[in-house]
Amino acid sequence: MMEKMIFGRYVPADSLVHKMDPRSKLTIIFLFVCVIFLANNWQTYAIIGIYTFFMIGLSRIPARFLYGGLKPVLWLVIFTFLLQIFFTREGTVLFHLGPLKIYEEGMKMGFYISFRFFFLILMTSLLTLTTTPIEITDGLETLLGPLKKVRFPVHEMALMMSISLRFIPTLMQETDKIMKAQIARGVEFASGPVKERIKAIIPLLIPLFVSSFKRAEELAIAMEARGYRGGEGRTKYRQLSWKMVDTLQLVFLAIITVLLILFRS
Amino acid sequence: MDISLSHVDYRYQANTPFERLAIQDVSIDIPSGTYLAIIGHTGSGKSTVLQHLNALLVPSEGTVAIGDKEIKAHQKNKDLRKVRQRVGIVFQFPEHQLFEETVEKDIIFGPMNFGVTEADAKKRARVALKQVGLAEEILEKSPFDLSGGQMRRVAIAGVLAMEPDVIVLDEPTAGLDPRGRKEIMDMFYQLHQERQLSTILVTHSMEDAARYADQIVIMQHGKVAKKGTPEEIFSSPGELVQMGLDVPEVVRFQLKLEEKWGMNFEQIYLSIEQLSSAFANKLKRGVRL
Repeated sequence: MMEKMIFGRYVPADSLVHKMDPRSKLTIIFLFVCVIFLANNWQTYAIIGIYTFFMIGLSRIPARFLYGGLKPVLWLVIFTFLLQIFFTREGTVLFHLGPLKIYEEGMKMGFYISFRFFFLILMTSLLTLTTTPIEITDGLETLLGPLKKVRFPVHEMALMMSISLRFIPTLMQETDKIMKAQIARGVEFASGPVKERIKAIIPLLIPLFVSSFKRAEELAIAMEARGYRGGEGRTKYRQLSWKMVDTLQLVFLAIITVLLILFRS
Repeated sequence: MDISLSHVDYRYQANTPFERLAIQDVSIDIPSGTYLAIIGHTGSGKSTVLQHLNALLVPSEGTVAIGDKEIKAHQKNKDLRKVRQRVGIVFQFPEHQLFEETVEKDIIFGPMNFGVTEADAKKRARVALKQVGLAEEILEKSPFDLSGGQMRRVAIAGVLAMEPDVIVLDEPTAGLDPRGRKEIMDMFYQLHQERQLSTILVTHSMEDAARYADQIVIMQHGKVAKKGTPEEIFSSPGELVQMGLDVPEVVRFQLKLEEKWGMNFEQIYLSIEQLSSAFANKLKRGVRL
């Protein structure tokens, strides 16, 4: 079950997207999140869709893997769709579903919003799939660098982020291990009445908390032992390098934006 | 209860870019009452094999028979709980699985999950606690207030209280001091002797494997590289060294003796006592040094 999760996971491959600078990737994702709200008819959604799938193609992440990992999120998308369908009361009535009326506008909104949601999820997971956590935090730290002037703790934020990203797989492994140990002691996580299943979470959560606190403490000691004293004057081993691809990708997104503005109604 | 694995393959994360064949064509028979040691390097597939022994993992290919229950690849396997009741697993660092408010509650957690009454489970908890060498006063304490070694023992008691027919140990003494190690290993050996409990020990320690096991399986790169009795396994040390494994100290000492003084023992001795008496006999008979 845990094995299928793809959030925060890096899939190494030799692709154009992998080679991009994290700064440009982060900028593109940020702009994409804004730009996607320009879409308001099927042409513009088609443009966004084509762009998203083009980027996935460039990244060389196997589609089947992406699909398998996003399956749980698809339910959320479907839920959004249903919510829109049932709660929008505008336009002509398309058909009746028992006491419920399905409106034309609701149908449209349902499709648009769930597609928007879907593309957003795809693009953001593409970021984490093609960029190592360390690259992401390095990128963020430089992008947010100017905020240091207003005493925003950029370095600490970046450190916190990289630590939490770093420990996602560890925590997953730990969860898996403790789950197995408790299953061996007769706990049923996946079957039985709902009440029992909720109760079954306790033997999992408490050991996880205990080990997380312990690990945090050990990490802090290890960092101090190696002379860590915050971001002041700290130099970087990995230097970021802006390449031609990065500029081209930004230009490409700009073209997409222009197209969206032209085609939106 | 007999356990047998036949031609078992297991793939982690099948159908993803991370897919990895962890074990391949593994066949092991564990008749009731055996003490089996599985040795091998980190990543050799020992732990994966171990998790098949009580159906925590279902084989990707092949069959695992646990008592009269058969667990096959490519099918829904129901009622695994009964199997799990009869096969207790002590995982590596089992103290990580403690969670209850008191030691007693934690020990009775397993038995009660399998439908033992509370009164019965409490009786079992006392017996198990005694087996692992802890005093009864500890029952009312929080497991998180105990020392590491005590926590380990409590966790082991939690598995013993399930009264399994087979006990599976994944490096149960990792990180303990030498005395604690010996006490725990001796305790499991005693249980094995007294109750004819099948015991499967996954370990790095050749000493433990030689001292306690009556069958040894060596895993390498996800396959069974060799199986046999300790005498068979350790009689060809060259092969072991080639696999990057070691032989027990006693055997190493015997080999050195043979090499240095040109002595020739008839067999490989796995304990210091045996070797020294054999050595003494030779001296008595007047072997030239």
